[in-house]
Amino acid sequence: MGDDQEVIYVSTGRPKPPIPYNMRDVVLPGDAACPGCPIPMAWKVLSAVFGEKMILVIPACCSSVVVGTYPFHSLKTSIIHVPFASAAAVASGTAEALERRGILDVQVVAWAGDGGTADIGMASLSGAAERNNNILYIMYDNEAYMNTGIQRSSSTPLGAWTTTTPIKGKIEPKKDVAKIMIAHGVSYVATASIGYPHDFYNKLQKAKGIRGFKFIHLHAPCPIGWRFDPRYTVRIAKLAVETGLWILYEYHDGKLTISSPSRAYMDPSKRKPIEEYIKLQGRFRNITEELLSEIKRQMDANWEWIKKHM
Amino acid sequence: MGMKKALTGNYAVSYAVKLARPDVIAAYPITPQTSIVEKLSEMIENGELDSVMIRVESEHSALAACFGAAVAGARVFTATSSQGLLYMHEVVHWASRARIPMVMAIVSRTINAPWNIWPDHSDFMDQRDAGWVMSYAMDNQEALDLVLQAFKISEDPSVYLPVMVGLEGFILGHTTMPVDIPDESMVREWLGPRRQGYIIDGSTPLAVGGLTMPEDTENIFYGIQEAMNEAKKVIKEVTNEYNKLFGRKYSGLIECFHCSDAKYITISIGAWSGDLMEAVEKLRSEGYPIGSIRIRYYRPFPMEDIWEVIRSSKGVLVYDRSISFGSYGPIFTDLAGGLLTYTRNPPYVSNIVAGIAGVNVTAEDFYKLTKEFIDEVEKNGQPPGFKWVMIRR
Repeated sequence: MGDDQEVIYVSTGRPKPPIPYNMRDVVLPGDAACPGCPIPMAWKVLSAVFGEKMILVIPACCSSVVVGTYPFHSLKTSIIHVPFASAAAVASGTAEALERRGILDVQVVAWAGDGGTADIGMASLSGAAERNNNILYIMYDNEAYMNTGIQRSSSTPLGAWTTTTPIKGKIEPKKDVAKIMIAHGVSYVATASIGYPHDFYNKLQKAKGIRGFKFIHLHAPCPIGWRFDPRYTVRIAKLAVETGLWILYEYHDGKLTISSPSRAYMDPSKRKPIEEYIKLQGRFRNITEELLSEIKRQMDANWEWIKKHM
Repeated sequence: MGMKKALTGNYAVSYAVKLARPDVIAAYPITPQTSIVEKLSEMIENGELDSVMIRVESEHSALAACFGAAVAGARVFTATSSQGLLYMHEVVHWASRARIPMVMAIVSRTINAPWNIWPDHSDFMDQRDAGWVMSYAMDNQEALDLVLQAFKISEDPSVYLPVMVGLEGFILGHTTMPVDIPDESMVREWLGPRRQGYIIDGSTPLAVGGLTMPEDTENIFYGIQEAMNEAKKVIKEVTNEYNKLFGRKYSGLIECFHCSDAKYITISIGAWSGDLMEAVEKLRSEGYPIGSIRIRYYRPFPMEDIWEVIRSSKGVLVYDRSISFGSYGPIFTDLAGGLLTYTRNPPYVSNIVAGIAGVNVTAEDFYKLTKEFIDEVEKNGQPPGFKWVMIRR
């Protein structure tokens, strides 16, 4: 992919200890993911926290394909595939039934993309949050409808090319679903990134210990849709955090805290220029200076909002 | 012990649900179904009924929550009407293809637009290809009894399909009649514990509804068709059991009225069948050799049972209270198509579509229309064909 291959990635963080678990307990070898897909990466972390003690409720999205075609399955856990708009509602029903039957050690996890969450699934998500049903809802955000072929979602960022914003790019800002969920007054909302599995792991662990509705907004770069070389998924994910565009935080019982990978970037001088993130992705190839500065402005506003609520 | 109560059709459904004691109820209120949800909420809050009520934000979510709960091993119930049923339609298919037993009451109301709250059968008939067993009540007693039977049929291992029970909004839904409520412990013993083909509760890795190759999907569809055939037997067995245990006199898939020596037969479904029977009675008294069939179960379609009744008749008149635009009434279409697999010389069959959007059709209207049909066949030696009868008063 041209220029971006010349960029050499150097980790600035301290080396992390290996995550103390076998990530292949549940995630089996062989799946139908594209090269560089963030979904199986996230499943490994999920598997490390819940093992087989989870029921995934998956609406229409890449994951319903990635998991494999019957009778083969790349996950050794239970899955309920459901209609697009219904993940949170089905999960609510399943969670209530488990509790009714006295099964208290199995976590129901609604696992949906940004389309199934921010768009068509928004009403059922909001309903489940308001009812405080005992589910963990994870929105893996690859910022477009990747399964149908890269169409715009409300979670697509400003300026990004998609097949339904083919010339001008998206002209509206990204819908901030984590903030919407915070406004529901639920006990736990977090943002996470595929580039920081330790942080994601810790957040899942925390969510595991909370009864009621939990929401994690997981940033998940898609090589196909974002137009970057498949080997750079993690690099792109990290750059989103290092530039300050994607901020990792937790909101627990009314208190907002910045997560450690993002802490340094509260200081704007520590942030990498967002151009570094933008230029690696073909989807921003035609972005204008004007939109770029608008993205920066929105990013600053987001930081201000977070600092204000800490 | 059982008891008698004056109940609306909606409350009769609620009492049936109370006797069946589902683990989870999820429902969204819509006219004219609302009072089912309200009564069940009241029963739960005052401790009469120990079910979990999920108060969802839409009908789509109502059936989705029921689906999620049922897959996890719970006995579930929901109710809906009209636009709500249409909104839920996607999940209606999901439940049957997963072969998940569940019960839903459809309190029929015309499909909009324009806004119209009066009942016809268009919402119910819109679901006919979804793979649910479908029954339809004629009165409030039958509404209660069909809901109870629905749980038993749905959870029968040779069926394992969801069941919907129809009743007309307002005509039954909001009209009070004396209803015999069976003894709760007898019902509980008869229904037994929840039965289903598989359970996803985390005890063993299991997936449902994932991507499947065409041959495997076709196999699942074929399984539903087979289960529908099995359901015909199961429905008859369950009806007989129920009759014996609770002292009722229901027939199985269809109910016959003056059929044995009839040369002409009418066919209908739902509450207006009562008015039609009145008309048949009057025509009988005038010497017309007429009888009527009321369809109690629309899916599986009771073609064999109907054929046995009409095989030696001269003419059959099908009354439909819904229309497949550009075609005919759905019952007529099912019957006409089915007939040709039995015989090269079927009786004369005609179709009257009436009562659309809640337009009232009285026993007198039925008398007039049925008489006209018979006279026309007798006079011309051919059936009058399809008619949409608009009744203006």
